[in-house]
Amino acid sequence: MKYMLLIWNRPGFVEELAEQERNAIFGEVDEIMKELTESGELVGGQALADPSQTRTVRSVGGRAEITDGPFMESKEQFAGYLMVDCDSPERAAEIAASWPDVRRGVGVLEVRPVMDEAGTEM
Amino acid sequence: MTAADHTVEDLLRSLAPQVLAVLVRRHGQFYACEDAVQEALLAAAVQWPEQGVPEHPRSWLVTVASRRLTDEWRSERARRDREVAVALREPGYAAVAPPADEEPPAGDDTLKLLFLCCHPALTVPAQVALTLRAVGGLSTAQIARAYLVPEATMSQRIRRAKQRIEATGARFVLPSAADRDARLGAVLHVLYLVFNEGYTASSGPDLHRAELTGEAIRLTRELRRLLPDDGEVTGLLALMLLTDAHRAARTGPGGELVPLAEQDRSRWDRAAIAEGVALVTEALTWSPPGPYQVQAAIAAVHAEAPSAAETDWRQIVALYRLLARIAPNPMVTLNQAAAVAMVDGPRAGLALLAPLDADERTAGHHRLAAVRAHLLELAGEATAARATYLAAARGTTSLPERRYLEVRAARLAADR
Repeated sequence: MKYMLLIWNRPGFVEELAEQERNAIFGEVDEIMKELTESGELVGGQALADPSQTRTVRSVGGRAEITDGPFMESKEQFAGYLMVDCDSPERAAEIAASWPDVRRGVGVLEVRPVMDEAGTEM
Repeated sequence: MTAADHTVEDLLRSLAPQVLAVLVRRHGQFYACEDAVQEALLAAAVQWPEQGVPEHPRSWLVTVASRRLTDEWRSERARRDREVAVALREPGYAAVAPPADEEPPAGDDTLKLLFLCCHPALTVPAQVALTLRAVGGLSTAQIARAYLVPEATMSQRIRRAKQRIEATGARFVLPSAADRDARLGAVLHVLYLVFNEGYTASSGPDLHRAELTGEAIRLTRELRRLLPDDGEVTGLLALMLLTDAHRAARTGPGGELVPLAEQDRSRWDRAAIAEGVALVTEALTWSPPGPYQVQAAIAAVHAEAPSAAETDWRQIVALYRLLARIAPNPMVTLNQAAAVAMVDGPRAGLALLAPLDADERTAGHHRLAAVRAHLLELAGEATAARATYLAAARGTTSLPERRYLEVRAARLAADR
């Protein structure tokens, strides 16, 4: 079963950290990616650029209007995702819980099952 | 792919486990042997369609794989790759006669391999991947495509599985009599999972996944040839054939799911049905009924009904009762309730579903909601049925199932 782990955190929190702390976070991420690669669970993942580089597209009066900045003015922004293929929802949550943003309380991970193209007749 | 490529691929897939077994018996070292066989298969897949199939194809593969193996032992990777590239260009391989020490393939070999690949130390996804590669002769790229994951992910999964097997010290032997039933159960489970993965995906863009159905049937046929006295192996083969017979009718022109009751039965595969019915009927005359045989028998009753309305629901209810007794499982109760509703009315079916809300395996499961919605609809409770269909639609992680359930809900809304 595939799960997308959506990473939400407060933009800029990394800049405020001491260098040692920052390196520790990157080290933890490397460690998790290595573990997921070796177990054959990692399907993919990407980090997103700072929210200030976002452009939001919406329909205004039937025409697409493009504005700078994210759609939601929330404290936490979507920062990236991991895609894993693992045995159970519990395992997906366990991976999410090990992510540094969660462990340090600076962000949350949403665990979302990915829809399958296959199905059985009912 | 041309017809010649297909013939070569079929041949390679059937030879793969035999070649691997020869190597493992000679050298042990399952991990290295499996890699070497994969490389020999890849070399043959390139060479044979162009240059023709060698006179002794199995010996050719054993020779090339053995050479890969000794190269692996002798030299570092770069040098090895160069040597094999040269070796493969050497003429004369086609003329190699089978070495005197090479026994004709024993069926036991494929069986031992299946047991090894479905070793209890492995997770189920690892058992599946390794079985498809080592026994099915599929490449890592093909397996990755079928399971919609990157090749690197699948490759790592297979590597990890092989490491686990080596770490357990498992040997290339048949399991002891005490373990045999449990181990065979794991093999059948893996084959059925492969079948279902392909069957449920047999429409839409996932044609690579659909090939898994044929592969599962092929391997189960082979297993039946090796274990003709096991009723459950025959039962599983019958179940696969009877299920796969619906393939052309189970989806509509837009890829939407068509439920059994609404399928165009003229599009069912009559040859597959005849074979499946004959297999399960015969097996049940001498074998104690196991879960696969009973499920196949249920599928056979459906298959033999000229129309949905003429289905022998009494017999199906009786078979579900038997299944619930030999393999108690809330999912069986779910199907049983749907069948009981056809005999004793939807209220009787709904009553059977009630206890499933307290079972953690089914509580909140979208299948429970889907069956309940269907029975509520039959009972004329449109509002409750609609809400329950929508709950089921929110609970499934399958796109076609969600679409089907939303359509059922929408129809009820339109009727009011």
